[in-house]
Amino acid sequence: MNLNELTIKEARQQLDSGEITSVALTRACLDRIKEVDEQINACLTVCEAEAMAEAAAADLRIKSGERGDLLGIPYLCKDILMTKGVRTTAASKILENYIAPYDATVVAKLRDAGAVMLGKTNLDEFAHGASTENSAYGVTKNPHDLSRVAGGSSGGSAAAVASDMCIFALGTDTGGSVRCPASFCGVVGFKPSYGRVSRFGLLSMTSSTDVVGPLTKDVYDAAIVLKAIAGDDSRDATTAPEAIEAYEKEIDIAKDKSLRGLKIGLPQEYYLKDLNPEVAANLRASAEKLEAAGAELISVSLPYTKYGIPVYYIITPSEVSSNLARFDGIGWGLAKTEAKNLQEFYKATRGAGFGPEAKRRIMLGTYALSAGYYDAYYKKAQAVRTLIIKDFTEAFKKCDVLLTPTAPHSAFKIGEQVNDPLAMYMEDVFVTGASLAGLPAISVPAGTVATKGGKQMPVGAQIIGPRLSEGLVIKVASVLE
Amino acid sequence: MSITPNDIKHIAELSRLELSEEEVKKFGGQLDSILQYIEQLNEVDTKNIEPTAQVSGLSNIWRADDVHVWDEGEVEAALSQGAREGGQVKVKRVL
Repeated sequence: MNLNELTIKEARQQLDSGEITSVALTRACLDRIKEVDEQINACLTVCEAEAMAEAAAADLRIKSGERGDLLGIPYLCKDILMTKGVRTTAASKILENYIAPYDATVVAKLRDAGAVMLGKTNLDEFAHGASTENSAYGVTKNPHDLSRVAGGSSGGSAAAVASDMCIFALGTDTGGSVRCPASFCGVVGFKPSYGRVSRFGLLSMTSSTDVVGPLTKDVYDAAIVLKAIAGDDSRDATTAPEAIEAYEKEIDIAKDKSLRGLKIGLPQEYYLKDLNPEVAANLRASAEKLEAAGAELISVSLPYTKYGIPVYYIITPSEVSSNLARFDGIGWGLAKTEAKNLQEFYKATRGAGFGPEAKRRIMLGTYALSAGYYDAYYKKAQAVRTLIIKDFTEAFKKCDVLLTPTAPHSAFKIGEQVNDPLAMYMEDVFVTGASLAGLPAISVPAGTVATKGGKQMPVGAQIIGPRLSEGLVIKVASVLE
Repeated sequence: MSITPNDIKHIAELSRLELSEEEVKKFGGQLDSILQYIEQLNEVDTKNIEPTAQVSGLSNIWRADDVHVWDEGEVEAALSQGAREGGQVKVKRVL
């Protein structure tokens, strides 16, 4: 087995026993990136010299007797999280040469833990999308089939984990952006509860749903990374003050496959009549696994499910239009200096710097928030959001967690939906609910689906739990592996 | 309701976005179909339903109003582009 193929748990054991070094592990990942990334395009920046120096420093710490879950473990970071000294582009032309002056809290936490940052991964520009086709730096290809998308918006991170360019990766999830690419690439993707992980240093997209989450090779690793990045942060007033748990311990308990006493809710509105039959069959198999481990399956109803996407596509563009107003060409980022006055400068800079989807969302949000339309769109969406949250609250009175598909199908062909933004928005049908309600949700590989060409492509199963029930979600998800 | 090219130009103006004629045409049709899809929210009775702006479950998070000395190098790095004069950022003329 090549070192870059190890999980965190396996690498940890071999690093601590002195069998391998972080330098060798990091080298193996960097070599893998060189070998395959020209085709996959998962990385926007690779910082080889910095990574090798961090690995050597981690080896010294290990040698001196220090121990830590992520000490010396190489990872890749979605390029929407600020990294001091290494460029942060958000996959946008407007930030092409931008170097952040400080680290995002999650990046600083991983740095302190001794994790080794290999580089920054590709995404849909400013995380607007579900396929990574909206990147200004080219699409990320699915490692299982290079003619297909990796999903998005954390497509680079998911593809990198799936092709063993790193031991784990960080993504961000606003309305499915960790879970969708995890499903398409056949890896684990975990969106924690809103506020469980600090957003400080995450370039804001939709401030009321943005969360940082791990993409990993198994559920145990997701628990380890979450524990390292979670927690209260005085620089993000929305972080939850509750203590972080040892999430991975839940898996040890689950080892005997004992989910006895737990009720798994199957939301009937997610089991669409026209759902791909193979996705449906895989989901039944997942439900049976949970049942075999002692859980009881019950049918629940989330009647406002169908309004998730229309609500999301009012709230998201509204917050986007406000958050992206700061990219005005002054102080940092792209600047169209030939403009005659300030107004023209703003418009020229933003017109040239933003790609089509960012422009669409800025305009949609500006429209929804403009005088005369605010009540009809934004306020209406916020009220329906309340009803969607209430659906989940009611369901969790009857069951402990929910089991749903992550995506309605496997990865689609690159370019297939690129001219139909509405079809792209429909990709989020199973993932927006947990985002709007701020709930923890994980996607775990759950079988494959045959494409028209006969190729088997991965799909995921999603477990959604009540707010701050990360440990429970991990416990149930580990049974699906 | 239908979005006209003039509507798009007006929204683009409010958004401070320079659009090509081609973009005005393309975005018009796309925003139209997205808004039509969103219209289905009107089916939902939201009378007496409080709007949700955030889901952290928190309110009034305070911290001491302490002054933190920010690293001078980081301040310089934060303003990485454009002209400055007398410690101020210089912008294009307003009028």
